Amino acid sequence: MTRRVAVTGIGAISAFGHTFPELWDGLATGKSAIRPLTLVAPGALRFPNAAEVPGYDPNRYFEEKEALLLDRFAQFAAVAAREAVRASGIEFSPDLAERTAIVLGCSGGGKSTEDDGFHHLYGLKEPRVSPLTIARAMSNAGASRVSLEYKITGPVFTVSTACSSANHALGQAFRMVRSGEVEVAIAGGSEAPLSMGFLKAWEAMRVVSPDTCRPFSRDRRGLILGEGAAVLVLEPVERARARGAAILGEIAGFGMSSDAHHITQPSALGAARAMRSALSDAQVPPEAVGYVNAHGTGTLANDVTEAEAIHSVFGEHTRKLLVSSTKSMHGHALGAAGALEAAATLGALHAGLIPPTANFTASDPACDLDVVPNTPRPAHLECAISNSFAFGGLNAVLVLRRLR
Amino acid sequence: MSDELISRVTGVIAKSQKIPAETVTIDKTFEELKIDSLDGINILFALEGEFDVDIPDDAARGIRTVREMVEGIEKLLAAKSEAAETQQ
Repeated sequence: MTRRVAVTGIGAISAFGHTFPELWDGLATGKSAIRPLTLVAPGALRFPNAAEVPGYDPNRYFEEKEALLLDRFAQFAAVAAREAVRASGIEFSPDLAERTAIVLGCSGGGKSTEDDGFHHLYGLKEPRVSPLTIARAMSNAGASRVSLEYKITGPVFTVSTACSSANHALGQAFRMVRSGEVEVAIAGGSEAPLSMGFLKAWEAMRVVSPDTCRPFSRDRRGLILGEGAAVLVLEPVERARARGAAILGEIAGFGMSSDAHHITQPSALGAARAMRSALSDAQVPPEAVGYVNAHGTGTLANDVTEAEAIHSVFGEHTRKLLVSSTKSMHGHALGAAGALEAAATLGALHAGLIPPTANFTASDPACDLDVVPNTPRPAHLECAISNSFAFGGLNAVLVLRRLR
Repeated sequence: MSDELISRVTGVIAKSQKIPAETVTIDKTFEELKIDSLDGINILFALEGEFDVDIPDDAARGIRTVREMVEGIEKLLAAKSEAAETQQ
């Protein structure tokens, strides 16, 4: 059994606000949501900026007692899932709940929970940490929390492949719905990496920009970390049509590869193989693709490697291809990145508008692409791909399509 | 640049790379020593600890040889002692 897979709900919490419409409206104006970090004390890091979720109060979304059980990343997952499920209009009967999957990406798990607990242990020399530490910090806490909210009893799991986590999660969910293994999937990713210990680890890697994120720009100086979550509701097109649901787009294919090259340096060969595999899975020729939502981190190494990979996959068609990195606006949300970018790409397909690569100043001959610099561009699109390439050399690419 | 400074910097590089100290000479390039980007940031981290200096990303980015690394550390140490004198 092979079924086409529709997206019938999108939820997102990001630096633009707590909903998907706020994310899309932000991206569609081309204004970056990168701002000064407030979650950690200023001056302690080489980089002052991040893409933080603004005005987040857990008690707005959770009972006070429950909020204590949930790390920020798990709360984000639940908030985005709630919006996506509500938008889909699906009510989960016990029978449907058993045939529903939840697959969420998460790279780091509850980093601020660990940071806080270990501060008590090593910094304050206290002999114990909170008994809630494990339940809050485990990387599957977000997926498990969503399963509790809707009493989902089918396959529920978390995928952790660093910056590709959400694309791997969406890909697994897509294939489970396509094959008929499940009827509905709630899938995406969430991340809340802005805690001092983890930020210090990123600082030591020397890949974070001291000002802002300028993907593909000649003077790019690194990535900007972000946080948030995005969740999609997936179901067969036939089912969505039968119940009269609004279809927001289609996941048409998924491909993945491993570089087997280096633990942190990217490889154009691996990235290209994942793109080709995704297109082949979708049975879409490269010439049918109008837009690439790039991994586009804004690091020296990623952007030049990704540009090379795009040229090798699309050849002459690269000239006609619109490529943008929305990380320039919502930051790099690690295990949530692919999900925020899938949401952005579905928004682009639906609106016929390409969100730009913001903060762009000067073109880099080594990144010879139309990166839609700074200004959103109207474009009639049928088909797009969304790239995610992770440390560890793990690549995951989604093919997304407007549904006729 | 003093022999002592060269010896401390090459010592840190050798220790980080787990290679014999005598293989790290002033005229070697990082490529010759098989130092990749991840090794590079690890060496910078070790040098910051050894000399109690903060090596800015932009200063570190262009360094490709042992000599450039020693020169960079020398500059940072000079700036550090100047700052200390100003404070006194």
